[in-house]
Amino acid sequence: MDITPWQKVKLARMPVRPTGLDYITKLFDGFLELHGDRFFGEDRAIVGGLAFFEEIPVTVIAQQKGRNTKENIARNFSMPHPEGYRKALRLMKQAEKFKRPVICFIDTPGAYCGIGAEERGQGEAIASNLAGMMMLKTPVISIVISEGGSGGALALGVSDRVYMLEHAIYSILSPEGFASILYKDAAKAEQAAKDMKLTAQDLYKFGIIDGIIPEPPGGAHNDYEFVMDRVRKVLKENLEELIRKPVDRLLEERYEKFRRL
Amino acid sequence: MEKPVVPQGIMTKCPRCGKPIYTKLLLKNLKTCECGYYFKVSAYERLAMIIDNNDFKEFDPQLFTRDPLDFPGYGDKLVKTQLQTGLVDGLVTGLGRIEGEPVMVGIMDSSFFMGSMGTAIGEKLTRMFERAIKEHLPVIIFTASGGARMQEGIFSLMQMAKVSAAAARHSEEGLLYITVLTDPTTGGVTASFAMLGDVILAEPGALIGFAGPRVIEQTIGQKLPEGFQRAEFLLEHGFVDRIVERHELKSTLGALLKLHRQHDLHKAEAMELAGNEPG
Repeated sequence: MDITPWQKVKLARMPVRPTGLDYITKLFDGFLELHGDRFFGEDRAIVGGLAFFEEIPVTVIAQQKGRNTKENIARNFSMPHPEGYRKALRLMKQAEKFKRPVICFIDTPGAYCGIGAEERGQGEAIASNLAGMMMLKTPVISIVISEGGSGGALALGVSDRVYMLEHAIYSILSPEGFASILYKDAAKAEQAAKDMKLTAQDLYKFGIIDGIIPEPPGGAHNDYEFVMDRVRKVLKENLEELIRKPVDRLLEERYEKFRRL
Repeated sequence: MEKPVVPQGIMTKCPRCGKPIYTKLLLKNLKTCECGYYFKVSAYERLAMIIDNNDFKEFDPQLFTRDPLDFPGYGDKLVKTQLQTGLVDGLVTGLGRIEGEPVMVGIMDSSFFMGSMGTAIGEKLTRMFERAIKEHLPVIIFTASGGARMQEGIFSLMQMAKVSAAAARHSEEGLLYITVLTDPTTGGVTASFAMLGDVILAEPGALIGFAGPRVIEQTIGQKLPEGFQRAEFLLEHGFVDRIVERHELKSTLGALLKLHRQHDLHKAEAMELAGNEPG
């Protein structure tokens, strides 16, 4: 049975799906979290730090949703403030210095819209990540694990390889927001989800992502081990290839990857 | 009784103070009212205000979007908007001089789909940066945008990465990039090339932000304070270098370009011509 785009939207938002920290704890060894953007504060919507992946030291960064209301409040529903993006970029630059690859797990409804976020330059923070990631002299792999919402997702997604889970979505805006702007009716989100072409299958067809990571029947929450094995395989294959590339070529190919879109 | 009719177009009413202004005079005053109100400026009007003798070599004037999502109704709306505005999409790019200094300029036009950025704008900006790298020239972009072009979905989002990448490469070459933020500059444009300028200027009172004020009010459930997300607010919070009156924009840009001339090179060349070794 085919799953409709709207069903995928709902599936991608299910709180039982594996979150960023699930991937970090199951796929990496000795994760050591590092906090703060060094300018203003610590944003718990983004988790970042150091770990070993298959015995290689890496920097790992994840947008983190909560499982319940309390966790979601602490994580701000995985909607980062500028501090979160600045922390992510700080950790990426650190990875560049120590020649570590970077792995990002994307899962956000979007960057936070609020007074503080605007006062502290949400636009500037995202823009700096886009430019900064493009010039980063170390391999970067991003995986959209559930929800890839707008510039807030792209700010961790300017990478050498971008993958999506089978039922993940990645879009310019939430279908609800899209419907309220274009159809003047947020209730038309289902139609929007279809028109927007936000599924992994659509994005792969467009050449925007490099591959789709299969999920077990019914979705990732039904079998964590199944998903972890497949993500591990994708990370391993791509890292092996990317760390062998001369940096000049890596950067040239990363530029071309986005240039042709 | 019939009211005396003023033919349309001769007079323009200021939306802030209500005063009628002769349209010709309005253009002469760079589309500003005595009360301080700034009218929106089209891309070609802006060119005429900024570029020496309006002598401008336009790039890719016929580049248009390929409607990548095949989005319902978009094709028709595009044609209608093109006919209405006389524009192919919401951006003009090209090469000209400002106070004698050669520069590549991109100007967004908010009358075209609210200045939203889709693939046509992304491609034209990227090509301009790549040309500027080749020709070793500075770039100025005037932003005026509601954000990403919704009808081009994920492709619009990717333009943010593409243009930022080209701007970053231009920067790596040691070349100058200036952005002039005009009303409104929001969404994906703010969160990409608008905020990447070496120098970021803004017109007084321009709305500048990531999220639009309505979205924020809905999110936080309260009214926003007066002046929130205006150019002055951004200056206060450290995200804009200078707010520049429209009358001073050309001279300010000219001064910035002169300050970034490749001085050492010029000096060395001049000294060589004079038969001296550079010290």
